[in-house]
Amino acid sequence: MAAKQKDIRMKIYFLILFFLYSLPGMCSIIHVGKNERIKTIKEAISHANELDTVLVHGGYYKEGNIFISKKIVLKGIDLPTLDGENKYQIISVKANGVVIDGFKIVHSGTSSLEDIAGIKLYDVRDAVVQNNVLDDTFFGIYTQRGTNCLIQNNVLTSARKQEQASGNGIHCWKSDSMRIINNSIKGHRDGIYFEFVTNSVIWRNVSTSNLRYGLHFMFSNSDSYISNIFRYNGAGVSVMFSHHVKMFNNYFEENWGDGAYGILLKEIADSYIDGNHFIKNTSAIYMEGVSRTIMVKNVFRNNGWAIKIQASCMETELHNNVFLGNTFDVGTNGSLVLNNFDGNYWDKYEGYDLNKNGIGDLPYRPVSMYSMIVERNPPAMILFHSFMTSLLDKTEKVLPTLTPENLADTKPLMKLPFRL
Amino acid sequence: MKKIIKYIITDILRNKIILSYTAFLLAISFTIFSLEDNSTKGLLSLLNIVLIIVPLISIIFSTIYIYNSAEFIELLVSQPLQRKKIWLGLFTGLAGSFTIAFLIGAGIPIILFEATAVGFMILAVGILLSVIFVAIAMFAAVRIRDKAKGIGVTILLWLYFSLLFDGIVLFLLFQFSDYPIEKPMIAVSMLNPIDIGRILILLKMDVSALMGYTGAVFKDFFGTTAGMVTSFLILALWMICPLLISLRKFDRKDL
Repeated sequence: MAAKQKDIRMKIYFLILFFLYSLPGMCSIIHVGKNERIKTIKEAISHANELDTVLVHGGYYKEGNIFISKKIVLKGIDLPTLDGENKYQIISVKANGVVIDGFKIVHSGTSSLEDIAGIKLYDVRDAVVQNNVLDDTFFGIYTQRGTNCLIQNNVLTSARKQEQASGNGIHCWKSDSMRIINNSIKGHRDGIYFEFVTNSVIWRNVSTSNLRYGLHFMFSNSDSYISNIFRYNGAGVSVMFSHHVKMFNNYFEENWGDGAYGILLKEIADSYIDGNHFIKNTSAIYMEGVSRTIMVKNVFRNNGWAIKIQASCMETELHNNVFLGNTFDVGTNGSLVLNNFDGNYWDKYEGYDLNKNGIGDLPYRPVSMYSMIVERNPPAMILFHSFMTSLLDKTEKVLPTLTPENLADTKPLMKLPFRL
Repeated sequence: MKKIIKYIITDILRNKIILSYTAFLLAISFTIFSLEDNSTKGLLSLLNIVLIIVPLISIIFSTIYIYNSAEFIELLVSQPLQRKKIWLGLFTGLAGSFTIAFLIGAGIPIILFEATAVGFMILAVGILLSVIFVAIAMFAAVRIRDKAKGIGVTILLWLYFSLLFDGIVLFLLFQFSDYPIEKPMIAVSMLNPIDIGRILILLKMDVSALMGYTGAVFKDFFGTTAGMVTSFLILALWMICPLLISLRKFDRKDL
């Protein structure tokens, strides 16, 4: 019996070995380089069959537009440079399952009619774009009607000054199940742009110093973005007209300006915002038309306004958030309050806790009189912290007249709900 | 002159009020920094002290001191001394002792707990405001002969600079809210040393909130080196002008 089992196992081993040896026969490797038989990538691709690998050795390649219509792996060794000479789209992919790995892609063309990109994926499935460096491209990595594509470990930089002359870093349009992981995007128009993209994840990206938004998100439902960093962007991050969006542990830092927001939330429903950090933004969150959204365990630190919530928001739940050192905690434009602010930690809370249950006995009103005044008359900011404005704030606390009376945290926390 | 300064400084430093002022500053700054777990809030409380208590104490104490030393001043005038030197000596003595008191009372806690740009700005503004209000007090004291009236006027001056002026500014802001008044507002704020000091600190403390459009206008002025220099120069003017006027007045005054 044992001998027979051993026999079967040996047969399986043989079979595996047989397949392994036959693999190179099925899909070959084509080398491209100065010292190789094939000098250009285009030639190599024309020779390649489905499932082949094209290995490009280090060097400088000026080949205009490289068009891939077969399922191949295009892999660079020692970061070969592909130059678009400020004229061409550099790589166009129209086949499923293509892998583009390890290239330096520079100087794409610029056009106001077409969206010229460093790497553009048209109607493809299962493509992988990874470990590339893109420098001075109009659009960086562009997907239209992509499904289940992976874009990871790319570094995208653009130094264009004007919004019109600059494209988006990672641009996805009408796509599904995308994974955008660990990319670094700098100086584009929008760092990451999502329009009509569903069931996708944006994870561990760093998007900084973009001209407009770090992340621009529209009509994209059921997406998650997790542990990203958005910093020094012209207008922060904007998430609009979407539902079932999940945002976890992102950092929104130093987005400065009148129209700049840590996140701009517009017409968002059924979403979940958890554990994000907002540091030194002019306005950390601006909410308009947000409904049925849960915001918990976020940290707001040293912002101008932590939350600007318009009266058009409803059923938004804010709990266990931490507000520290913000100039104004909450700003609003009306007296209608359909949201729940209970159970947050506010460093400006001055109440007491007689029964020692960790919850303050007096409600906290996060909208200060002066934030209402500044909302109506922005230059009044010049009087902030003066004796008179402190007096106004104190009288308002005793007798609320201007501030919405219902906007209050009835269960303010006495201590931080979690360690920072 | 050195002797006068030395005499006045030792006289003031022995004074119970200035000692208790120093102790009060020291106690309150230490309490603020050790009670609050977040330093921003501590700085905010300290800011209120610098903008309200410091001008109040320096203006009132200086006025009372000058009235009380009227006989001493008469004695000095009878000596072969220039009146200018007597008056400047008096000013340096008062300003010097308030600077020392503030440096010990608020400076030590700030350096210990909050040695940041905001902390040092508060320190600088505190010292400047102390000196400016000594100068304003001397101006008031030399103009008004009657002690009770003089003290009343200085209290009113303090009230004006710390409260009424801002009320007027707020009124103007709302009256002219349809016009681009950001830049005129900068000019108006220069008319009050407490406002200049407050805005300088504000720019270091609430920089995020100020980065909105209006704030950016302020930041473009006060945040740049040129603007900083201008505001400190104007603070210096606030110190020099009352002093010079009072000096002229004292020079010709029939004691």
